[in-house]
Amino acid sequence: MSSPGRTARAGEGPAPFDADRVRADFPILRLRARGKPLVYLDSAATAQKPQSVIDAVSRFYLEDNANVHRGVHLLSERATAAFEEARAKVAQFLNAPEPSEVIFVRGTTEAVNLVAHTFGRQRLGPGDEVLLTEMEHHSNIVPWQMVCEERGARVVAVPVDDAGELRLDELERRIGPRTRLLAVTQVSNALGTVNPIRRIVEMAHARGVPVLVDGAQGVPHLDVDVQALGCDFYAFSGHKLFGPTGIGVLWGRTEHLEAMPPWQGGGDMIRTVSFERTTYAGLPNKFEAGTPDMAGAVGLGAAIDYLRALDREGARAHEQDLLDYGTRALSQVPGLRLVGTAREKAGVLSFVLDDVHPHDIGTILDREGVAIRTGHHCAQPLMKRFGVPATARASLAFYNVRADLDALVRGLNRVREMFR
Amino acid sequence: MSNELDDLYQEVILDHGRKPRNFRRLEGATVSAEGLNPLCGDHFKLYVKLDGDKIQDLAFEGSGCAISKASASLMTSALKGKTIAEAEDTFRRFHTMVTEGDKSAATGLGKLAVLQGVCDFPTRVKCASLVWHTLNSALKGEEAPVSTE
Repeated sequence: MSSPGRTARAGEGPAPFDADRVRADFPILRLRARGKPLVYLDSAATAQKPQSVIDAVSRFYLEDNANVHRGVHLLSERATAAFEEARAKVAQFLNAPEPSEVIFVRGTTEAVNLVAHTFGRQRLGPGDEVLLTEMEHHSNIVPWQMVCEERGARVVAVPVDDAGELRLDELERRIGPRTRLLAVTQVSNALGTVNPIRRIVEMAHARGVPVLVDGAQGVPHLDVDVQALGCDFYAFSGHKLFGPTGIGVLWGRTEHLEAMPPWQGGGDMIRTVSFERTTYAGLPNKFEAGTPDMAGAVGLGAAIDYLRALDREGARAHEQDLLDYGTRALSQVPGLRLVGTAREKAGVLSFVLDDVHPHDIGTILDREGVAIRTGHHCAQPLMKRFGVPATARASLAFYNVRADLDALVRGLNRVREMFR
Repeated sequence: MSNELDDLYQEVILDHGRKPRNFRRLEGATVSAEGLNPLCGDHFKLYVKLDGDKIQDLAFEGSGCAISKASASLMTSALKGKTIAEAEDTFRRFHTMVTEGDKSAATGLGKLAVLQGVCDFPTRVKCASLVWHTLNSALKGEEAPVSTE
């Protein structure tokens, strides 16, 4: 494997972080868009992939492809080994006690649905409550609403303050005798707020309430240790972690996963099948019906290898510098208001501009080669909370540089000229 | 700066986006409908006052981007006094103009022709057509809001 942004030096730790060298690992960043150098500020939607991930996926198809867990032939053995190795890498990356607690799914959305439809359905009855927050992505709201509707239960949302920080006092107040689960995001996709997960878990556990953490936006920016966080479930998507699309992870504590019924039925998740009775496989296969995204898992494993070889502390300091620099630069654009100004933030600059709809901002920036996201970011309740129909969002990864933010500000000045 | 961008954001469009015409609730409307673009959060309500098959008056309210607002403003101005059949014919030609960039489709569309530039921006066609689909729904008496998705 090629080491990120440096020449490999055996026996030493990663070389100090160097954004320019890291950029060279991401071939797509060399593209031009609309005749201008591509400025990619949409990593919260999906992150770009290093060459090593692209190579791992194509190598799987070139050299290892066969179905996992069934064939006795050489390729099936190799595919199974590669797939299970990826699982072990994820477990190590999250500091999960057991690789069998790592369930491969399509993404965060599927992970939340899995928990809602098994753990949730099992525990929720009429009058029960699922506690969420105002800053959740629709994927951590709608699955709960669906199950609550079926079970006669309801969702309760914890408010955020004007800066976009979670009101912990309100959280405490809302944990009641009917609360069966707390589902909370680690980092808000629309605001960038970093939630104090450890503290939140302590508050919930003190009242006997299990916690699911949506890590889709957390894991690309923070070091995640599920044991230190103390949560019960942790979900994330491979494609936001510089890996392929179509693969994601649900981590859960063994005791929960074992007590949960299977979700989807099919091949691979059974022990024995007869028309009278079927018995189910153990973990993790019980939750992995059908042929999984094998190449995706291998690609995710390669993404984790890439991150482990990176000076992540240096990468985080670089991202923080970009966030501070971007915050200062955007604050100087007349008529611009940042949405989400929490003290602890990661990777997101969400904003609105006086008299210009975010969608128009997005189109004009696009013609300058600047890719941002505009809209409600699958967080309509949050948009309502801040009294805006939509925002423009620039989101960062460690491969961004200050020049990207300069291009953003230049583009915004162009927008202001057009709409003056 | 691309010329396409200048074509999209012509002065007329910016003007209608900033100061939309017929931007109000219409008292005594015969039919009304809601239009939503979930992608970007555009949300309009359209009111139509019919006299037989003639559109006596139209108005709209809500929020959206410059393109969707300008389109609504221009549409409500253009269709006042037209028959339903004429409105449908105008929609067909407008739709061809913004989706296919067919210049000949723009003839006879009057001021609506300024939205021709939208055809170079496939992601914005929905913005320009939202209010038209909403009109369709209002005339058909549909109850569920129109969505571009």
